[in-house]
Amino acid sequence: MIRDKFDAIVVGAGPSGNAAAYTMAKQGLKVLQLERGEYPGSKNVQGAILYADALEKIIPDFREDAPLERHVIEQRLWTMDDTSYVGMHYRSDDFNEEKPNRYTIIRAQFDRWFSGKVREAGAVLLCETTVTELLRDPQGRVIGVRTDRDGGTAFADVVILGEGVNGLVGQRSGLRPELKPDTVALAVKEMHFLPREVIESRFNLAGNEGVVIEAMGTITDGMTGTGFIYTNQESISIGIGCIVSDFAESGRTPYGLLEAFKRHPSVRPLLEGSECKEYAAHLIPEGGYNAMPELFGDGWIVVGDAGQFVNAVHREGSNLAMTTGRVAGETVVWLKRRREMATKANLAEYQRRLEETFVMKDLRKYRRIPDFLHRNKHIFGVYPKLLTAAAQTWFRVDGVDKRAKEKQIFQSFRSGRTLPGLIGDALKLARSWR
Amino acid sequence: MHIVVCMKQVPDSAQIRVHPVTNTIMRQGVPTIINPYDLFALEEALRLRDRLGGEVTVLTMGPPMAEESLRKALTFGADRAVLLTDRAFAGSDTLATSFALAAALNKISQEFGEPPIVFTGKQTIDGDTAQVGPGIAKRLGLNQLTYVARIADLDPAAGTITVERRAEGGLQVLQTRLPVLITMLEGVNEIRRGSLDDAYRAARAQVVRWSAADAGITELARCGLKGSPTIVKKVFAPQGRAEKVRQVPTADRSADELAIDVIAAIFRTQPPLEDDLLRFAAGQ
Repeated sequence: MIRDKFDAIVVGAGPSGNAAAYTMAKQGLKVLQLERGEYPGSKNVQGAILYADALEKIIPDFREDAPLERHVIEQRLWTMDDTSYVGMHYRSDDFNEEKPNRYTIIRAQFDRWFSGKVREAGAVLLCETTVTELLRDPQGRVIGVRTDRDGGTAFADVVILGEGVNGLVGQRSGLRPELKPDTVALAVKEMHFLPREVIESRFNLAGNEGVVIEAMGTITDGMTGTGFIYTNQESISIGIGCIVSDFAESGRTPYGLLEAFKRHPSVRPLLEGSECKEYAAHLIPEGGYNAMPELFGDGWIVVGDAGQFVNAVHREGSNLAMTTGRVAGETVVWLKRRREMATKANLAEYQRRLEETFVMKDLRKYRRIPDFLHRNKHIFGVYPKLLTAAAQTWFRVDGVDKRAKEKQIFQSFRSGRTLPGLIGDALKLARSWR
Repeated sequence: MHIVVCMKQVPDSAQIRVHPVTNTIMRQGVPTIINPYDLFALEEALRLRDRLGGEVTVLTMGPPMAEESLRKALTFGADRAVLLTDRAFAGSDTLATSFALAAALNKISQEFGEPPIVFTGKQTIDGDTAQVGPGIAKRLGLNQLTYVARIADLDPAAGTITVERRAEGGLQVLQTRLPVLITMLEGVNEIRRGSLDDAYRAARAQVVRWSAADAGITELARCGLKGSPTIVKKVFAPQGRAEKVRQVPTADRSADELAIDVIAAIFRTQPPLEDDLLRFAAGQ
């Protein structure tokens, strides 16, 4: 047992845990952080895009020494069938700004850097230490944690759970139910290494400019999911993910999808000659607002993936993680200053503060989307095929007159999805989006 | 009893690769670990401390980042860590390394008490020389016990130690007087996990940092590249053997027949094996 008593124990050293630990330690609180990996980032997997705004609010000058790969100047959205894609690309020199808005990063390096800042701020980090359960007093208040090490208990006024998507500690301690297969996606990714000049010429980049490709369509074989391709300095991250229950139903394998995605005629040239040096898989909580567990209780707060803080539509997660971590940290500091206990009633302040940020506003806005996508899988199968076929009809010059082509396209949509179907989809999507 | 364990931070050789063109070792991005042989030495030291009391000091020479491995040793339960780090040590071979470590051990004796036992691993996995331990023993006038598989008896009052040493001819049981330098064999114990208290203490511990001057070294010409007569002329990856697997056609043949063929093929390449087996079968 550690004799020292802490103001807070943070479980996990990912973006949410680090944000919480940093915020509290910086304000002079006595913080113990526990991480099961060999070092922070060793077990953390993401695409990965870093959204600068959320980190700036924690470490304003992070650009000075954080390991960043490329700043994103171009976003490509691809709707794919087996041989083609219809793309919407947005590229702007405005993104070549003094303080760029989005970066590609490599999490094993980034998390290590972030953790260094947390320790500089004064928090004590113990790695290779897994929290097995929460300790409670007779009234049920959480007062500390038990770890898998000998003599493994430590006590604190409040425990912040940034334990990640699986949330085993919270589950085991009865704070939240087991994850449901239809609220999590399983994503796999590979890192393909190429010389930087090759990446820059293939993706039309200069210096540290980067491109993000998000793709949907037949690549997920009718399942709810998306693929992605991100440019790093000397590597390309490529991955694909679908809802777990869809994998179970279809019997498809994640690596099978990824292999097919890599072989797609539009993707293969981008990876040509590269060497795959790393592969990883991870769960992503995609249930959104309606799948959120309880976020606080007597002596505990949940942050990051463990609280389902992911905006699946916009592929945002690490920024929600950092923001929830920061707000949780600020709430604990605020209580400490007022010399108040971390009771459930007092910690409700955490949720009140979150409600005022983009986190809750966005999650609430999109609360119907996960269910909509779950019930309308044809969005991922039927429409991409119709769209790419229409594009081909439109662009192929073959002696058919344009009016006939228009008719053909319209007809293909009607027979593919029927008129009521088309109108219904549009209405349902509009309602879910609102 | 004060025990010192000398250890080294090495690249994880399981993840190292040799550059196909230049034949140099590609160290970039290769994770570092504590030399695995040194962990057997550390665990043996911790067990002696737990039994007899006293403390364990871990000592390493290396760049500033070697502090990571010392902190890890503290997590396992070591009481104190000393990092000998100075640009003057860069490029040391085994002669210069044992010179510097011997000086640091003298300084440790002055500062923290004389250690009756100094441990090292059998060898490191990057250099593979097994020379540094004996080098330290010679310089400090310690009795040396190399390739030790077990400490059979230790009598601090009488100042004697008895160990089992694995040698080519078999197992030797050796006794000598303290102070002694022991190089530990692999597989004799398993490094402990370290309690939560150890991990907490390690996270906050101050690692003692000594430069060459701090360690009382004045003859810089005997350190680092200058003090190293060894010259690495060439590093190369050994050629793989051409034939690794031979396929034997199986059509229409019984498993017995195939097995006899395979055994005959093995005997053709290694005749003594056949003699041995025949003798064994005859009960000799």
